[in-house]
Amino acid sequence: MSVTADDILTQPRHVELPVKDDARDAFERLTETVGTVTVADPKMRTEHVDVFYGEKQAIFDVSLDIGNNEVIAMIGPSGCGKSTFLRCLNRMNDTIPTCRVTGSMSLDGEDLYGAELDPVLLRARVGMVFQKPNPFAKSIYDNVAYGPRIHGLAANRAELDDIVVDSLKKAGLYDEVKDRLDAPGTSLSGGQQQRLCIARSIAVSPEVILMDEPCSALDPIATARIEELISELSQNYAIAIVTHSMQQAARVSQRTAYFHLGKLVEVGDTKQVFTNPTHELTENYITGRFG
Amino acid sequence: MSADKVTDAAAVPPNKENKENKVSGGSLATELVRASLARRYAAERRFRWYGIFAIAASLSFLVFLLASITIKGLPAFSQSFVNLEVDLSADALGVALDAPADELRRANYAGVVKAAMRERFPNVDGRSEKKALYGLISTGADYLIAKRVVANPELVGQKISFWVPADDELGALVKRDADFSQPETLVTRMSDQQLAWAAELEADGDLEVRFNTTFFTNGDSREPELAGIRAALAGSAFTLLITFVLSFPIAVAAAIYLEEFAPQNRWTDLVEVNINNLAAVPSIVFGLLGLAVFINFFHLPRSAPIVGGIVLSLMTLPTIIISSRASLKSVPPSIREAARGIGASPLQVVFHHVLPLAMPGILTGTIIGLAQALGETAPLLMIGMVAFIVDVPQSITDAATVLPVQVYLWADSPERAFIEKTSAAIMVLLAFLIVMNAVAVMLRKRFERRW
Repeated sequence: MSVTADDILTQPRHVELPVKDDARDAFERLTETVGTVTVADPKMRTEHVDVFYGEKQAIFDVSLDIGNNEVIAMIGPSGCGKSTFLRCLNRMNDTIPTCRVTGSMSLDGEDLYGAELDPVLLRARVGMVFQKPNPFAKSIYDNVAYGPRIHGLAANRAELDDIVVDSLKKAGLYDEVKDRLDAPGTSLSGGQQQRLCIARSIAVSPEVILMDEPCSALDPIATARIEELISELSQNYAIAIVTHSMQQAARVSQRTAYFHLGKLVEVGDTKQVFTNPTHELTENYITGRFG
Repeated sequence: MSADKVTDAAAVPPNKENKENKVSGGSLATELVRASLARRYAAERRFRWYGIFAIAASLSFLVFLLASITIKGLPAFSQSFVNLEVDLSADALGVALDAPADELRRANYAGVVKAAMRERFPNVDGRSEKKALYGLISTGADYLIAKRVVANPELVGQKISFWVPADDELGALVKRDADFSQPETLVTRMSDQQLAWAAELEADGDLEVRFNTTFFTNGDSREPELAGIRAALAGSAFTLLITFVLSFPIAVAAAIYLEEFAPQNRWTDLVEVNINNLAAVPSIVFGLLGLAVFINFFHLPRSAPIVGGIVLSLMTLPTIIISSRASLKSVPPSIREAARGIGASPLQVVFHHVLPLAMPGILTGTIIGLAQALGETAPLLMIGMVAFIVDVPQSITDAATVLPVQVYLWADSPERAFIEKTSAAIMVLLAFLIVMNAVAVMLRKRFERRW
């Protein structure tokens, strides 16, 4: 007999979600990160970091190194804690009163949360680019010049001009704005604004640049330009980039770290993580079973 | 469905199109929506008319207020003058030809002015008639002539033509183009005899109406024609200056601390609640505070702009704090994050980034607070600014009065000239406010351009 649509629609349906159950077990069984978290001669080292928002724990025992002149991508589903972890690296979580960070984090061997390290100095050495471009309400010149001015990096106006032009060139924005440096920073397009924010971070000569989903608010062409920029910048700076797009992580990074619900599941060489992931959670995410 | 149809039939005006809709029409939902549309559009139209009516009513009240004030106050800006031929001979003045300034100042100007009046009307006899004659011109004429002679001592020995202010009764009649040839039609305190003299002066062209500069150069006076607003204006300016200098920095700093730096605990909440409550305290209570603490305890001078300024700044503090906090809150957190991310210290974040963006709102709150302070009368009455102040205050510790109090004092007097001056003082007060608002709008535009 033929099966009619009604038969199918009226039959009780038994839905199996094997992925979810397995995933929860796999997550609970995870006690140690798969892959090598450490690198030789790291720029930044984090060990056994826990982050709490009030009573709720957001990051569980994460240890990760960031090497010199490398791009490390942090991927994972929404709410897995990658942005939280990134913001700990330059103590931006200090501004959230309920946030508590335990564990050890160090930059060139100096403890980030120690008494000797000034957070203002730390943020000059570890710069940050945010998800939504946020130029200051000043001219393009003043946007880039603000950092060097407050940190006293330029002795006179000529040196300041040099720093500004140099940073804009490195960010790939100089040719487009060189004849309107006095225009307000907000008059640029989205992609240009993000490059302006990158130029602003570079102007204070940081050692590490943290990027929190820098291209998520941009169109594909602007995204491509910024990805090119990241590859060029990695020759001089260590870059940690949080991204939702696995293709982007595969394109720009040398190492990739996969976060899941606050735990660092796997970290390793980008090619290896994307073509032959070790842990099943990583595999599920990469193949699109969830995320 | 039928219930809907009944209400719709009541709300929707019947016309051909409607009947068609009920007959034809698409699905049930579309039918219901179409039926409700007419009702909804009718409600929108009604609401728009309410709005227009409300605006018209407010505008008409405003126009009525401004028109009545202007009509009553405009005459105060003109003053009537009487032309006198004054003989400044050395004998009549009682001084030597080249006498020094202080001797000139004390010369017999009253006698000289009276002699000029008697010369003009030689047939006047008897003390009461002469008194009536002298009553045609202002008692301040002596002082004005004295000022002229002291400034130009070479006038001694000459005969000059001098325009003196008319007495306020005569002046009022002249300003209203009264017909002196028909004295029975005029309602005035002047006698018929005086009106006859006035008619003669007018016929000879010795009566004139000019712009009233004494309104802006003199302080208050018992004589209506000599009363001016300068003392009150200076007092208001000093008081407002003290208020601004005290309240603006304190309030903005308090708002910045509460918004950016204060920890979120019970003490902060307590402070916030108290500041909000302070905005609701009746203003006369601040006057009592000023009297008890600043005048009695600290022995600051009574009726001085400094005390008035302190009292008014206590009143304006809550207004500025509340509006500053609101505008600081409205600065997006992404700006603060960007600044902090680049290594700006907390103070640099606030002063270089947050404050410039919040400035338009802060300025608006400041102007609202200062405009309220400008019009405050009750607290200033308590600290003694209701006194009769004739001299223009030169510093913040001189006794002074303010514009609203001056209006209040003049409103008590029955003379017509004071009625006009009350309205004129209100016009000056409004002009002061408009200038302040214009300055605020200019400053706001300057800051707003940078965003």
